[in-house]
Amino acid sequence: MDSKADSKAPEMTGAREMTGAEMVVQALIDNGVTDIFGYPGGAVLPIYDEIFQQSEVRHVLVRHEQGAGHAAEGYARSTGKTGVMLVTSGPGATNAVTALQDALMDSIPLVCISGQVPTTLIGSDAFQECDTVGITRPCTKHNWLVKDVNDLSRILHEAFHVARTGRPGPVVVDVPKDVQFATGMYSPPPPSQTHESYRPKLSAEPERIAAAVALLAGAKRPMIYSGGGVVNSGPEASRLLREFVGMTGFPITSTLMGLGAYPASGKSWMGMLGMHGTYEANLAMHGCDVMLCIGARFDDRITGRLDAFSPGSKKIHIDIDPSSINKNVRVDLPIIGDVAHVLKDLVAAWKEAGAVVDREALAEWWAEIETWRARDCLAYRPSEDVIMPQYAVQRLYEATRGRETYISTEVGQHQMWAAQFYGFEEPNHWLTSGGLGTMGYGLPAAIGAAIAHPDALSVCIAGDASVLMNMQEMSTAVQHRANAKIFILNNQYMGMVRQWQQLLHGNRLSHSYTEALPDFVKLAEAYGAVGLRCDKPRDLDDAIAEMLDVDAPVLFDCRVANLANCFPMIPSGKAHNEILLPEEATDEAVAKAIDAKDRVLV
Amino acid sequence: MTNPAVQPPASAYFITPEKEATEARTLAVLVDNEPGVLARVIGMFSGRGYNIESLTVSETEHEKHLSRITIVTRGAPHVIEQLKSQLDRIVPVHRVVDLTTSAGATGESRPIERELAIVKVAGHGEKRVEALRLADVFRAKVVDSSIEHFVFEITGRPSKLDKFVALMAPLGLVEICRTGVAALSRGKEGM
Repeated sequence: MDSKADSKAPEMTGAREMTGAEMVVQALIDNGVTDIFGYPGGAVLPIYDEIFQQSEVRHVLVRHEQGAGHAAEGYARSTGKTGVMLVTSGPGATNAVTALQDALMDSIPLVCISGQVPTTLIGSDAFQECDTVGITRPCTKHNWLVKDVNDLSRILHEAFHVARTGRPGPVVVDVPKDVQFATGMYSPPPPSQTHESYRPKLSAEPERIAAAVALLAGAKRPMIYSGGGVVNSGPEASRLLREFVGMTGFPITSTLMGLGAYPASGKSWMGMLGMHGTYEANLAMHGCDVMLCIGARFDDRITGRLDAFSPGSKKIHIDIDPSSINKNVRVDLPIIGDVAHVLKDLVAAWKEAGAVVDREALAEWWAEIETWRARDCLAYRPSEDVIMPQYAVQRLYEATRGRETYISTEVGQHQMWAAQFYGFEEPNHWLTSGGLGTMGYGLPAAIGAAIAHPDALSVCIAGDASVLMNMQEMSTAVQHRANAKIFILNNQYMGMVRQWQQLLHGNRLSHSYTEALPDFVKLAEAYGAVGLRCDKPRDLDDAIAEMLDVDAPVLFDCRVANLANCFPMIPSGKAHNEILLPEEATDEAVAKAIDAKDRVLV
Repeated sequence: MTNPAVQPPASAYFITPEKEATEARTLAVLVDNEPGVLARVIGMFSGRGYNIESLTVSETEHEKHLSRITIVTRGAPHVIEQLKSQLDRIVPVHRVVDLTTSAGATGESRPIERELAIVKVAGHGEKRVEALRLADVFRAKVVDSSIEHFVFEITGRPSKLDKFVALMAPLGLVEICRTGVAALSRGKEGM
């Protein structure tokens, strides 16, 4: 999104002759790429030969192409730059598909360069041939098969442009081996990319901004619902979001992907919304009268039952992708544009119009929200004998507080607990697979973040089942001294699957128990990493401190309560106000809490 | 027949049958004439569950490498709106125009829509005479014939072609080939 962060001023070298393989490396350099993730093979050998003969681009060798993709995603998400992966033809390309779809659903800028069999052999079922552009067409923003070496540099620059502008996403450039060997003219990236048919709209019409100001200023129960688009739009978007929330005092919630855009310690923060979001955020969404959706897409995990979703509100939707407007939920005021551009105009228009909020109504609204908050929907029963998974995340948060920390997750209960209990203060520090829900994302993503930020902490909060899906990347972490800390909340179950089976399938736990887990400590040692284990709450803080201090990748086997479930939860097909709460949030506790609150109010 | 609504919370998704009435729309889509562009367009239709009732593609501006795709689709109005945004999002798509809606906006009932069909009819005696007589009524041309068959070429609105084909069915219809709909808006303005 933020092209400034991504592209160094192109070196004005002018067009010159080189081989296709040289062009690939030159285009990476000219597009500001310093690190790529990849795996060699027959159809990319010429490119690997060029990589060998230069030192400007660092190549991180992974152990599986899916790992390369997720590592590049973690790198991209934690830096705001474009992630780059390099894979060979056939299985190299097909292994990249999961990561490409993941990047597509979470709008992560990712350039995948794949080798292809020579053009003369395409279609002949050659060794390691597959129809890469055909297979990746629906899981990329755009893709290209380069048949002429003289098109290669233009296409590569266009690929970077398409990946990082507009709604960011993955692209594939498929380069046949004969094109890599051929010699042609290389042109550096044009100073400004223009494209005939691809022109994302950045700024919105002033009338729409004015209409939004009028709606928001008239709101009695306003609600801001922000998403990953704020993070993608760049740091300025988060700054403007904070400014706008500060100016208005409106309550704000966020999707899973948007965590950190507004700080968890902020005064107006209500926690995440959606299926495992907080009670207060979901009830406020249900009861608000004006909703400002910023860079989010009304995903089904957010809305719950559509016909009961925030029934009484006027909805304003800011999004750079026109196809996100009115897709699931019909909105009253669509504003198509980049979040940072639109928020800048919105803040300016708000000030210019001298808009003021309805203080009295807002105070009443906040008082109502406080009664919901008092229910303490994230409560869990602490234990002195076993580590509660929520407690583990809380202790990890306390231990890393104040340090530059990038948190990635796999997918499942641990992911939700991380989102609920870890306080994110800054954007780009939270790496998770939201849209596709890819188990196996977190470990390689943490490696990508560690490569990008060698002096910061990179911690993957993982589950025992997910982490095994790309466990082979521990080897990558060790080889490249990517000191990712893999913090496994080990309950020996696929916890989220089990939770659904308990709630919806008569407690028949069909294949959600892992009968034979590896010994994670020995596994870590086998990889040449450090293995730690902890199963007592009283030992946890010391063990976490050891994990953070050791100068190596770590697999931390944190044995947690096996049967803990993730609450609150809105079962699918239910509305926001039909949320299930943990047993701890009893009516009695609530009555007490509300009484206490009322006394404070009085 | 759509699936009956599953009672929540038995599913990970909220399943609702689509109740809104559907309507047919004719879309003109201007695209770069490059390899794979048609696959991108129809792949988006199948991937997102949209209908294609008719599809025609041809290069229209050779120097600019532009092709025009005309698609007749059917869906609920909000689905069609979503479909148009999804089309517009495809990188080599330049413009998407809903010809049916723009015709409605200028007070026309429909845009100009034409289709060509080639119809082979074989028969003897009365049936043969009747086929030729009907072809004349429909202004179909005879482009090939023997004492046992005719091949007619007929142009017109798809509904006219449907009618002609239906009339030929009992008269010895052997096979037909239709081009799909080509469409332009009325009036002096281009898309």
